[in-house]
Amino acid sequence: MKADIRVALVGNPNTGKSTLFNALTGLNQKIGNFPGVTVDKKTGICQLTDGRRAEIIDLPGTYSLYPKSKDESIVFSVLAEKGSDLTPDLIVVILDATNLKRNLLLYTQVADLKIPVVIALNMMDMAKKANITIDIDLLSKRLGVPVVPIAARQEKGIEDLKQAIAYANKVALQVDTIDVRSIAPALIADIESATQTDNPYFALQLAHQHEHLKFLTTEQSNQIEALEEKHAFHSQKAQAAETISRYNYINDVLYDTVQTPDTAHEESISNKIDHILTHRVFGFIIFMGVLLFIFQSIFAWSAYPMSLIEDSFVWAEGLLRNVLPAGPLADLLIDGVVAGLSGVLVFIPQIAILFAFISILEDTGYMSRVTFMMDKIMRKVGLNGKSVVPLIGGFACAVPSIMSTRTIENWKDRMITIMVTPLVACSARLPVYTLLIALVVPNKNVWWIFNLQGLALTGMYVLSLVSAVLVAFVMKFILKARERGYFIMELPVYRMPRWRNVLLSMYERSKTFVLQAGKVIIAVSIILWVLSSYGPGDRFEKIEQTYSQPKYTKTMTPDSLARVISTEKLENSYAGVLGHVIEPVIKPIGFDWKIGIALITSFAAREVFVGTMATIYSVEGDADRIDSVQDKMRKAKNPETGQPVFTLAVAFSLMMFYAFAMQCASTVAVVYRETKDWRWPAAQFAYMTVLAYGMAFLVYHLLR
Amino acid sequence: MTLEELAVGETGVVKEFTDLEMSVKLMEMGCLPGETVKIARIAPLGDPIAIQVSGYQLSLRRFEASTIILQ
Repeated sequence: MKADIRVALVGNPNTGKSTLFNALTGLNQKIGNFPGVTVDKKTGICQLTDGRRAEIIDLPGTYSLYPKSKDESIVFSVLAEKGSDLTPDLIVVILDATNLKRNLLLYTQVADLKIPVVIALNMMDMAKKANITIDIDLLSKRLGVPVVPIAARQEKGIEDLKQAIAYANKVALQVDTIDVRSIAPALIADIESATQTDNPYFALQLAHQHEHLKFLTTEQSNQIEALEEKHAFHSQKAQAAETISRYNYINDVLYDTVQTPDTAHEESISNKIDHILTHRVFGFIIFMGVLLFIFQSIFAWSAYPMSLIEDSFVWAEGLLRNVLPAGPLADLLIDGVVAGLSGVLVFIPQIAILFAFISILEDTGYMSRVTFMMDKIMRKVGLNGKSVVPLIGGFACAVPSIMSTRTIENWKDRMITIMVTPLVACSARLPVYTLLIALVVPNKNVWWIFNLQGLALTGMYVLSLVSAVLVAFVMKFILKARERGYFIMELPVYRMPRWRNVLLSMYERSKTFVLQAGKVIIAVSIILWVLSSYGPGDRFEKIEQTYSQPKYTKTMTPDSLARVISTEKLENSYAGVLGHVIEPVIKPIGFDWKIGIALITSFAAREVFVGTMATIYSVEGDADRIDSVQDKMRKAKNPETGQPVFTLAVAFSLMMFYAFAMQCASTVAVVYRETKDWRWPAAQFAYMTVLAYGMAFLVYHLLR
Repeated sequence: MTLEELAVGETGVVKEFTDLEMSVKLMEMGCLPGETVKIARIAPLGDPIAIQVSGYQLSLRRFEASTIILQ
């Protein structure tokens, strides 16, 4: 059903905009993309008091219509495009009552676009606590628009706001704010006649932003560019003049409508908290503690739901196996689709938990303090204070971490963070490391307390963080900055997290992951299944024929016969053939074609390594039991030399390969989703493969 | 003198900017000529700094603070 009226929600960051959006729309929300860009578009339906329905579009938080990040650039283009399916009939501007001055800047810009406006004056409870008195009627009269006092967190005033939306005027009645024409009189007049508009501010914004606006034709954009040159228009100077004149207007408006006591912002509770949380010493200790807690929780709390998901898939596979008639179709469904699906869904607990923490850290305002504390260190290596969280999250899983880099406004910093996050040792590498370390590193203590195996594992984790920082440092010189880096950021006051927002963010991020990355993972799993279950020519039939001879069927148990057959088949499958094909390439780093098969199959996900090893060495009994896989691998001999295959050099070379190679279809998919350009995941895949090969080669030859 | 030279707790009034691009961003955030600014705190590693301006806290790097000239 179509909505009766379309409402755009606009406001500064940290004003409670998403809380208001949730309060207005409840669970009637939909997340999509704005056409042509990766910015999330949140829309929802709000039932108005008069029975009509309003479609609410939540636009990204911004301090002004002049965009500083990709997200922000959407705001003007949505508000200004006429006749699109996003063009609002009404704009609700949400203002923070405790900080009206800065908040009103955006209002005056939006008001000058002459679209009907309603003001939602949020945080009235906080303003009252700070002894700020606001004459709402006078403010409303001055500006010429309805002003509705609300407290979105307490859900106060929401019904009044719905009523104001329902009864809003169809024509814009707001009072003119500043004399826009005086900023660039001749240019504005020319653009107005060229684009057939009679709105001077719209014309001025076209002069500033025409290069990035998709609704303008190239011809129109060139025309505006020519006019700019003709009138010697200087964008930044014009913007500076406009901002100063807007603040003069705002000061006039606020002069007798708002009374702020001098002490309102002195020594607030927030300041006291900051004394501790950004303390020279305690600040970092607390931050380390918070990270440790998050890291621990991601592992501890996800263990149970993850094994539950895995178990239910094992159960479903068994069920399908019994129900479906045996054959390639059943195999495709069970070993390809269901296995792929389980590979996707198993990540959900970690993603949901990581995002719950990130949303709590952002909601409370602590994230801005982390950024504030870490910016100096991170800047040295080409990153940004805001890169800390994705890098730490990378210890759990790169997928949600890369999704969380959206908070980084600076394009270059964000790209470097995305490029290096997969180097951090994620949880999928853990089973590979444990298997290989247990195989070659003696379980023995040195200097009484340090277990050698534990040291090796810790070493792998430290190595991952160091390599991420080093690669970031190198990329700092390779990537060209698109904009000048700066760090002008609001430090919002501390607030309690809103649990509803936390839950919604967990749900939304998990859903996005399943829908977006899921497609690619399942596709890759199906391809891998085909590669490992079919072979070229009639090789498979020949194997079946060979093993149906009485000398095998009589002497072997059906179980061990089936294992030998599946091992033989894997060797002769396309994956096995590929393993042989790549053997010359991987021989210099100490791998044989059997490891080659594992490398190929674990492209979809690293943890597949253990399972593939189990199949290759045809482990008896439960293939998931690591010790039995280990036993077989230990006994494996090189047929040419008679020496064991898994020497210290081979095992460490293999670990290096797994540490650096991009063997994760989910990450490739999510990097593509976040960058919307295949060249980024391709470049990432390439540099990580080169690094993996180089490190493996180095380590193999050093230890041999 | 510039904003960067102030110590924690000290206040000043913004006079002008030395960098047009930065000034546009700072002014949007309410840090414009005539406003009183106060250094609220300095990050543990000495950079960035946090200032109190037009009723809220804003963090900026030392370099950015050095483009703000005080009265």
